[in-house]
Amino acid sequence: MSNNGWKDIPEGGLILEAGNSIKYETGSWRTYKPVTDMEKCIHCLFCWMYCPDSSRIVKDGKLVDTDLFHCKGCGVCAKECPKKCIEMVLEE
Amino acid sequence: MTKILALTGADAAAEAMRQVHPDVVAAYPITPQTGIVQTYSSFVADGLVDTEMVTVESEHSAMSAVVGAASAGARAMTATSANGLALMWEIVYIAASYRLPIVAPVVNRALSGPINIHCDHSDSMGCRDSGWIQLFSENTQETYDNIIQAVKIGENKDVMLPVMITLDGFIISHVMERVEALEDEEVSKFVGTFTAKYPLLDVDNPVTYGPLDLQDYYFEHKRQQYQAMQNSADVIKNVGKEFGALSGRYYDLLELHKMEDAEFAIIALGSTAGTAKYLVDQMRNEGKKVGMIKIRSFRPFPIEDLRLAVKKLKGLSVLDRSISFGAKGGPVFVEVESALFRTGIDIPVLNYIYGLGGRDITPTEMRISFSDLEKAVKGEKFPAVQFIGLRG
Repeated sequence: MSNNGWKDIPEGGLILEAGNSIKYETGSWRTYKPVTDMEKCIHCLFCWMYCPDSSRIVKDGKLVDTDLFHCKGCGVCAKECPKKCIEMVLEE
Repeated sequence: MTKILALTGADAAAEAMRQVHPDVVAAYPITPQTGIVQTYSSFVADGLVDTEMVTVESEHSAMSAVVGAASAGARAMTATSANGLALMWEIVYIAASYRLPIVAPVVNRALSGPINIHCDHSDSMGCRDSGWIQLFSENTQETYDNIIQAVKIGENKDVMLPVMITLDGFIISHVMERVEALEDEEVSKFVGTFTAKYPLLDVDNPVTYGPLDLQDYYFEHKRQQYQAMQNSADVIKNVGKEFGALSGRYYDLLELHKMEDAEFAIIALGSTAGTAKYLVDQMRNEGKKVGMIKIRSFRPFPIEDLRLAVKKLKGLSVLDRSISFGAKGGPVFVEVESALFRTGIDIPVLNYIYGLGGRDITPTEMRISFSDLEKAVKGEKFPAVQFIGLRG
């Protein structure tokens, strides 16, 4: 995100670029981050389906990572995980 | 070519709207605004305009619909009064914040409660901080003229703000007067076509209206709105001159009546300015050096112009047709005093609240605002706020 002054941003709060929310860091809002025990994970992808921020990254049908730039730490993944292999860890 | 018409203020507003020919009108009827929407609906039904007329279920929806329409790139209008404006409140601010040049006649009526349908300025004064330009009309002619100018003012690229054109409920809206109207083609040419910079309907260039605007940007957007309102003062003046060249009727932020050598003056808005002019003329015949200042533009408030207008006065009275409970005086008074503060203009400024809920004010009653000033300059003290026409 740019930090332009008031003369250099679109008027009326408009966003002129489609899909630019990807550039907005919502990860800084987080208090707890999800830590996944990959040994217990069965790749059911419930966490991927439930994540409201599309922050669970899946490749070739397997959970591979968490997008911490966007993850707000809501804990929905940990709650829904049938194997309880996601732990919400306090970030210092 | 000038056409002479006999119109009520409401019909004059509808006639100006017909000639502007907006793409969308969304409105909900409320006394005393009803005449505007009723007449405009007839124009739509009779095929005189191809405006999309949206008959919504409330004023909140009316303002929402014109915000949607203006975001889509349409020239959009609505009209309301009092409680209707109050119900629009949330979206009134949003219209200004999204920088949508919506034009809305507001037929001034007292806010409930107790319920009242007659004129005072409490409705439009209530949203003086909403970011709308507010132009007050003295009579039917000015209502017509102001609506046409409003389109050009609001849509100016350095402004891009909604414009509220007020007319006093019943006193203007329901009284038939002589109106000099322009030809349709003259109005079309004057207002031109509106090309929105970022219309939502331009699907090839998608934009987002109304995203969450938090600590990191909201403040900058308010600064932009502040600037737009600052810019609008010159635009109102220029459009007033252009309109004058076309119609012979010139407009400014203020209108000064017999102020050249005036010692005492009275400030009024709306139809009361007409009454005040009558009184000033009467008192001039009696040899009194008095004048009147009409504030046409309440937002932006013409601070510099007012200072110039009053700098030679010995005393000034301010008439307020609304009340601000707990403030030093009525909204107009507070603005006027603040404009004069620390400018070296140290004269008595008296405040009179009058006409709430549509109570008439006569020239005779209004005289007190001048006779008090004559006493005030000799050192007599007056309460911060006085009331004209109130039973003791």
